[in-house]
Amino acid sequence: MVAGAGGAAGAALPADRIVVSRWTRLLENQRVLAVALLAPGVIILVVFIAYPFVMAIWFALTNISVGQVGEFVGIANFTKAWEDTIFQTAFKNTVFYTFWATVFKLSLGMWLALLLNRHFRFKRLVRASMLLPFIIPTVLSAFAWRWMFDPTFSVINWSLYHAGWITDRLPFLSNGDWAMWCAILVNTWRGMPFFAITLLAGLQTINPDLHEAAALDGANAWHRFWHVTWPLLLPVTLVVVVFSVIQTFSDFQLIYVLTGGGPANSTHLVATYAYQIGVASGLLGEGAAISLFMFPVLFGVVWVQLRYLKRMEGA
Amino acid sequence: MVIERRWKKWFYFYIPLAVFIVFTLFPFYWMGVTAFRPDPELYRSWRAANATPFWTLDPTIEHFQGLLASTEFLQWLWNTMLIATVSTLISLICGMFAGYALARLRFRGSEFLGTAIFITYLVPQTLLFIPLADIIRNMHLGNTPWALMLTYPTFLIPFCTWLLMGYFKTIPRELEECARIDGATRFGAMVRIIFPVAVPGILSAGIFAFTLSWNEFIYALVFLSSVDQKTVPVGVVSELIRGDTFFWGQLMAGALLGSVPVALAYSFFVEYYVAGLTGSVKG
Repeated sequence: MVAGAGGAAGAALPADRIVVSRWTRLLENQRVLAVALLAPGVIILVVFIAYPFVMAIWFALTNISVGQVGEFVGIANFTKAWEDTIFQTAFKNTVFYTFWATVFKLSLGMWLALLLNRHFRFKRLVRASMLLPFIIPTVLSAFAWRWMFDPTFSVINWSLYHAGWITDRLPFLSNGDWAMWCAILVNTWRGMPFFAITLLAGLQTINPDLHEAAALDGANAWHRFWHVTWPLLLPVTLVVVVFSVIQTFSDFQLIYVLTGGGPANSTHLVATYAYQIGVASGLLGEGAAISLFMFPVLFGVVWVQLRYLKRMEGA
Repeated sequence: MVIERRWKKWFYFYIPLAVFIVFTLFPFYWMGVTAFRPDPELYRSWRAANATPFWTLDPTIEHFQGLLASTEFLQWLWNTMLIATVSTLISLICGMFAGYALARLRFRGSEFLGTAIFITYLVPQTLLFIPLADIIRNMHLGNTPWALMLTYPTFLIPFCTWLLMGYFKTIPRELEECARIDGATRFGAMVRIIFPVAVPGILSAGIFAFTLSWNEFIYALVFLSSVDQKTVPVGVVSELIRGDTFFWGQLMAGALLGSVPVALAYSFFVEYYVAGLTGSVKG
């Protein structure tokens, strides 16, 4: 039937259009069409990602600075950064920040996803509003947090003081350790909805019969989560964690607004320190080298992700 | 029995959910209250007896007036809107084409290209901003909207491609084949048959890309220098903090106004946004 219709249409074709432009005919070739369709995107990615990446390596191997042509200096920038105590702090901070923020985002996000997966009034409204921290530009919401952490006018201090829990103000952003935890808190606040909504989408694909069967077999809520929900959610969870780790590890804007790397350079992340050296001080070579220290970690994470994707396709 | 269950529901469900809602939304409430609070009330110490932090007794719009009068906020808003829209459109077109090619066409290297595009998706902006700033300057794009319109697609195209590729794969091949049998070219079938069917996927990718562009900070901070070229996040940071002085009322007014367009866009397309969000990780 289909073949017959195709044959008839095929036969009618040449009469319909005698003039087929050369281009049209070329584009009928799958390979030519593929090249044409992929070209615009690939060109942008090559010019603005691949090329800058090569340039980043070149910069990092020279002593280039603003307005000055660089000379090749080998790995001097890398060794200099490696021995720089501020860089060491920044790198440790980045690992610490990424680890704890991811732990909190995953655990709270999972909890929130489980809560949102139930039926309640205004469910759609609540779900939609939960994503707001993720939508609103981070810089703008980070300012709201900074104002809430303000040394003199903090609403959190006010509340805790009037609740009788503290007698003196808490040094939210004026103490290095406190400031780091505050940044982790804000990052968790911002990233948790992403975990919650993505995991919620995963939860909704789980067949409720599985839970019923487990409940009939006497499993309590915790067991049902641990032995039914968690294993089924694991694929989604892994992907979300990879995305979040990359975003958190390379974070810039939140620290830039919240602490600016202070007090006394104690909350710098690799990215904010690279900005300080590369842009604020104009030492492009050193800044590029500092940025590139993120690369091995990011590469490792992406590699794990790709291997995992391959295995999924194989399965 | 019933009483116990109700108690349980409160303990395990309503109270945690309420805590989550307050935690999530309080900063926005705080932004709003601060924006409408008159200065004398704003700068009243947290220990002052008459401090009323959670509301304001005489709301004022002076911060909004001050913001619009003393800064180029509307210009920033327009810049951000323009840049976000253009970079979203560029990325959507590139993503639709590339996604279609990867989902439907057979050619050598398609798997490699798919993987390569996926990898660029995971390259963060902070890795490349220093050499990129130099490249932008050499191309004479520095301090123009094009600096961002052309670089934002670097993180939007991979994600649009990936998302749309997944979407195109769910569209039955027969649809296209029918069109081809009726004499449509491959390109024609893609544009007239596949793209219209994929509108929900395209909307998801578009709304997600738009919010990502609106949120971007470091490229805008590094590539733009003059006040009238800035985007909202950069303008608010660089113009409302003078020296060590924070103009908190105006800052919060700016944060509030700068959030409205993206929040509105989000609220109209919540379902698509969520589909884009979840699709962006599942691929």
